[in-house]
Amino acid sequence: MSSDEMGSSAGVEVDRMAGAVPEPGSVKSDPILVADRVRRSFGGLTAVDVRRLEVQRGTITALIGPNGAGKSTLFNLLTGFDRVDQGDWTFQGSKINGKPGHKVARAGMVRTFQLTKALTRMSVLDNMLLGAQDQFGERMAGAFLRSVWGRQERANTVRALELLERFKLIDKREDMAGSLSGGQRKLLEMARALMTDPAMIMLDEPMAGVNPALVQSLLGHITSLRDEGKTVLFVEHDMDVIMGISDWIVVLAQGQVIAEGTPSDIRSNKQVIDAYLGAQDVDEAGSADE
Amino acid sequence: MDLVSILAESTRSAFGPIAAIYALAAIGLNLHFGYTGLLNFGQVGFMLVGAYGVGISVELFGLPLLVGFGVGLACAFLLALLLGIPTLRLRADYLAITTIAAAEVLRLVYRAGFAEPLTGGVYGLQNLSDGFRSINPFDPGERYGWGALAYNGNHMWVLVVTWGLVAVMCGLVWMLMHSPWGRVIKGIREDEEAVRSLGKNVFAYKMQILVLGGLVGALAGCMLAVYQASIQPDQFKPQVTFFLWVILLLGGAGRVFGPVLGAMAFWFLMNFTDGVLRGLGSMGLLPFLDGPDYGAIQLAFVGLLLVLLIVFRPQGLIGDRKEMLINVK
Ligand SMILES: Nc1ncnc2c1ncn2[C@@H]1O[C@H](COP(=O)(O)OP(=O)(O)OP(=O)(O)O)[C@@H](O)[C@H]1O
Ligand SMILES: [Mg+2]
Repeated sequence: MSSDEMGSSAGVEVDRMAGAVPEPGSVKSDPILVADRVRRSFGGLTAVDVRRLEVQRGTITALIGPNGAGKSTLFNLLTGFDRVDQGDWTFQGSKINGKPGHKVARAGMVRTFQLTKALTRMSVLDNMLLGAQDQFGERMAGAFLRSVWGRQERANTVRALELLERFKLIDKREDMAGSLSGGQRKLLEMARALMTDPAMIMLDEPMAGVNPALVQSLLGHITSLRDEGKTVLFVEHDMDVIMGISDWIVVLAQGQVIAEGTPSDIRSNKQVIDAYLGAQDVDEAGSADE
Repeated sequence: MDLVSILAESTRSAFGPIAAIYALAAIGLNLHFGYTGLLNFGQVGFMLVGAYGVGISVELFGLPLLVGFGVGLACAFLLALLLGIPTLRLRADYLAITTIAAAEVLRLVYRAGFAEPLTGGVYGLQNLSDGFRSINPFDPGERYGWGALAYNGNHMWVLVVTWGLVAVMCGLVWMLMHSPWGRVIKGIREDEEAVRSLGKNVFAYKMQILVLGGLVGALAGCMLAVYQASIQPDQFKPQVTFFLWVILLLGGAGRVFGPVLGAMAFWFLMNFTDGVLRGLGSMGLLPFLDGPDYGAIQLAFVGLLLVLLIVFRPQGLIGDRKEMLINVK
């Protein structure tokens, strides 16, 4: 990635956005995900109506917007967990609209859920191992050949334990996932998603209910994911978090993308302030960033 | 009332062929519900197609017994596909409704007049165990075992084969559930969306388990035909499925030996209550009841057992209470 001229304010690091124009539907130089005219309505209510959305590869993109803006619905649509009324989208250059959720995940786009889905009556380690891909032992006939899948299982276990270590869950590995606290479940879900080794990870409010100290280390994880070359798209309401780590922000309101841009673009965007931020939030976010 | 002989008779039935057959069918149900969370309320339908597979092949077409087993299992395979393809993508309730209806429809079709040339209608089919008995290594005239647990040669042969199948299936279930495949299956029981988000084809797994559990149920039906040497459609009423559910919950769902212990305990209790009721009746202590009423009381007892079980020991005889208590999603 080149370090071209940065759009606006205090840019010392690489410009991962390669100078994308801060406007709704803006074109990116190297998009991993491109969505076109994606629409979903529930009865009379149009929950999502996104004309165009591109997500730049290797960046952290935040999706923000008021409650009910359609963020989770958009996640569900893009990852094959809900049916669109219309729309096309491609991931890494290939069409994935209409594909069921498991195929989207296998293609390398993995998501977490706003309402955490821990597999409660399974151990934390088993939760993790479920994330590993291409397991021979997950085929019915393969299940009987322990000698074949045993080696793969050991390698996966090593990787799972490394991730649990990173997410401070290592002491819980033998516990039932149902015995974890809400915040720990969030962590587990994120670690489990990473177990699939995705190219792009979509996190629906990963910080909700996680304590501030841990939020800092989670942010560290997310940035290091990006630095490993993964793409992160996340939904979040905490403005400090968003302004702190995002390379790009997409603002959704009433199902439509009303603004896109770098944190500083968004902070000064009149429409966003009216629709979502409100004057006070902007001040706070601004001062926290200084 | 001779309590000792009632106890002896109850113990005998706990190890008897019927207990073994129910254990086998409950193992299938355990695969469905205990491990995967599929609500199958029509396990008896799989037993029915298994039993009639043997019955029709052997009596009508004079085919060898093994072919009969093959036909029964093939029918169960088809039935599982028919039940699963339309419902497994939908919410869990749809499978429940479909299975309960399909099992009952099957029974009505098999007993209907138009099916009589094939199924024998309400009279069913007879003379089904000659092939099985011809390979009996035990002497039919001899008694094997000790005291209350002595069985004649023919029954002994059924017992050995059926409990043998139970053992093999337990081994199979253990191996499957201690593999990555079993991990996916248990994950589906917990939350299928989460499992799908990790790249697993949930529908395919549910289909596999529906077929597998159905095949085990059909095998139980095959053994029933062999044991009784005859089958009638009205043996396959919905109450059989509900007995299987009681057995599963009694023993412990999601445990390898749950269905086995459950079946033994269930038939012990059934015979014990029956013996006690009859004993009390013959002593003139149940003046308001006639012989046929005992059956109804016994069923009420099964219902009561189920209620008490769910209240006081929801995990069953060998379930894991810790696991049971974690039920918040
Ligand atoms: N299954 C559904 N049936 C009917 N309406 C729905 C359904 N799912 C979402 N909606 C509606 O769609 C709109 C968008 O919901 P969505 O969950 O995507 O919002 P969100 O942006 O994720 O909000 P939040 O920040 O509160 O999580 C809401 O108005 C909601 O009421
Ligand atoms: Mg949401």
